[in-house]
Amino acid sequence: MSDIVTLQDVYKIYGKVHALHNINISIASGEWVAVMGPSGSGKTTMMNIIGCMDTPTKGSVQVDGTETHKLNGAALTKLRREKIGLVFQQFHLVPHLTAVENVMLAQYYHSMPDEKEALQALERVGLAQRAEHLPKQLSGGEQQRVCIARALINYPSIILADEPTGNLDKVNERIVIDIFNQLHKEGHTIIMVTHDPKVGQLAQRQIELDHGQLVYSGVV
Amino acid sequence: MFFRMLKKSFLQGKKNKLLAIVTIAFGATLASAVLSVSLDIGDKVNKELKSYGANLIVKPEMEALPLDMPGIKIDPLADQRYISEDELPNIKMIFWRNNILGFVPSLSTSVFIEEQEVKLTGTWFNKKMVIPTGETLRTGAKSIKTWWDVNGNWPADNNEPEALVQQKLAQRLNIANGDKFAVTLTTEQGRKTSQLKVVGIVSTGSNEGGIFVPLNWLQEQLGKDNQVQQVEVSALTTPENALARKAAMDLDSLSSDEFETWYCTAYVDSIAYQIEEAIPGVEAKQLRQVAQSEGKVLSKIQLLMALLTVVALISSILGISNLMTASVLERSKEIGLYKALGANNLPVIYLFMAEALVIGLIGGLVGYGIGFGFAQIIGKSVFSSTIAFKPLVIPIVLLLSTGVGILGTISAMGTIVKLQPAEVLHGR
Ligand SMILES: Nc1ncnc2c1ncn2[C@@H]1O[C@H](COP(=O)(O)OP(=O)(O)OP(=O)(O)O)[C@@H](O)[C@H]1O
Ligand SMILES: [Mg+2]
Repeated sequence: MSDIVTLQDVYKIYGKVHALHNINISIASGEWVAVMGPSGSGKTTMMNIIGCMDTPTKGSVQVDGTETHKLNGAALTKLRREKIGLVFQQFHLVPHLTAVENVMLAQYYHSMPDEKEALQALERVGLAQRAEHLPKQLSGGEQQRVCIARALINYPSIILADEPTGNLDKVNERIVIDIFNQLHKEGHTIIMVTHDPKVGQLAQRQIELDHGQLVYSGVV
Repeated sequence: MFFRMLKKSFLQGKKNKLLAIVTIAFGATLASAVLSVSLDIGDKVNKELKSYGANLIVKPEMEALPLDMPGIKIDPLADQRYISEDELPNIKMIFWRNNILGFVPSLSTSVFIEEQEVKLTGTWFNKKMVIPTGETLRTGAKSIKTWWDVNGNWPADNNEPEALVQQKLAQRLNIANGDKFAVTLTTEQGRKTSQLKVVGIVSTGSNEGGIFVPLNWLQEQLGKDNQVQQVEVSALTTPENALARKAAMDLDSLSSDEFETWYCTAYVDSIAYQIEEAIPGVEAKQLRQVAQSEGKVLSKIQLLMALLTVVALISSILGISNLMTASVLERSKEIGLYKALGANNLPVIYLFMAEALVIGLIGGLVGYGIGFGFAQIIGKSVFSSTIAFKPLVIPIVLLLSTGVGILGTISAMGTIVKLQPAEVLHGR
């Protein structure tokens, strides 16, 4: 299968800190990869580089056929808009917009808002009834599902999730993981940071970082 | 979607928004007060310069007594010299007749009302006059003294005993429209008492307490048919220039060409000269200086207020800058999210600009309202008149206040542009 993400000799250096140190990995299209490692090991830094929110200090990065390490801010934004779906640990919903409006926001900045399609996306994550609710009226699990619906709305090539279950209880973790399972079966490429080995085991492949270096890659 | 976002995000952080509105309203208040006052008072002063300020006063010529001290003229008979009312139409026959807007003759005397001495003036209110050319002209206090504010009716210009009483006096005598009261006149034949009926109460701006009656009635009562003491003339005039000043210094110094030019230009002095030619035995003088210096004070006050407004607007801009930057920082997660979802800088900036625009509009409207109120206070206390509503002020104030809003957002724009989604979204 073709690789959708390739990192070659990637470094990200902040002053003396090597947040990423000589990273080489390829991720195939349709693969579900879990990124693990202790706090401060560089997981988020790597996700930002793959997610076109940051560029490496050194090395080359390819995302869905585009060399992102050469791009300027606007081109990076455009690529992010087209290819990446982002799921955050803190959900990051706009507090004054309803669930459906939060989903439409992604459509608006991508192309055109379409309320019907946004409602369908909420239905997929089981939130059709909560479309008109504000984030503060939703539970953490429900907020995360809105966030997933928003990440999916523009048919991204890659879904990046940084600790999507980090703020959830067991029940909601289950629901969210089931959704990712479903997405994986449908053929989505998923890269997910997690601290939880059980969640990590659900992925096809585990990657482990430590002090910015890749220390493990493979099935547990 | 944009408006949906704008609407909802506008209702966010009400305290900050309110503060921003107040900040803008502050500048807008001053701007609208200054504009209202300037436009209206400017108009009023212009009107007065035309009708009152450029006025001429025509009086019987003074005759200096031979025993006078040098340089001082005393004319003990000044009050007993008159202009003949029949001659007045001649004022409309001079070279610059079309510049004569109208005139008001008057004849005054002292009368007693319940032992109080009061000035009684006979005058024209809105008199129909036939000029030798056959044209008719309506003129009198009503058209010349535009600042008179009459509550009730103007008396008719005939010999009915109708009176217009000045406000202060009406209060003092406790009389109102429709009331009748007795006045004691002193005539050449002795004292006599007549009844007057109040048809209107007039506020003339000056706080004299006097009474105005039809000229004909007073002439009849005093037995001074056809006699007036002075005539105020309203003329459109050309501003003075070097020639006018030279003529004012010494008319005889002009060459005949210069004299010709001077005579055929509507300087206030040449009109006065022509009136003196038209009516023998009178002296016509310009009354302009007063209004001119009023105009000067006014423009100084306007300058001061304009400076104050500029300062207020600038401080509004600075205030909005602070509030906007604070609001951008407060909402950095939201902005970071927009960017993470693929928004470029411009759409995010537009959102904040649009908010500033709405804040500017609301602040501008509020400020306009308060400012108009302030204008009334300024008008009452400085110029002792109310300030008229000028529609033009509203768009200007709104333009200024939205401008303040937008300018105030500019400094926050840098913060928006610099904001990196990766940094804010991971809480670093
Ligand atoms: N913008 C930055 N400036 C300076 N140092 C940074 C910056 N971003 C990351 N780092 C450093 O890089 C290292 C890796 O950080 P990163 O956020 O990638 O860790 P992480 O694996 O995601 O940790 P966690 O599990 O706590 O989220 C850390 O030592 C961090 O302090
Ligand atoms: Mg992290």
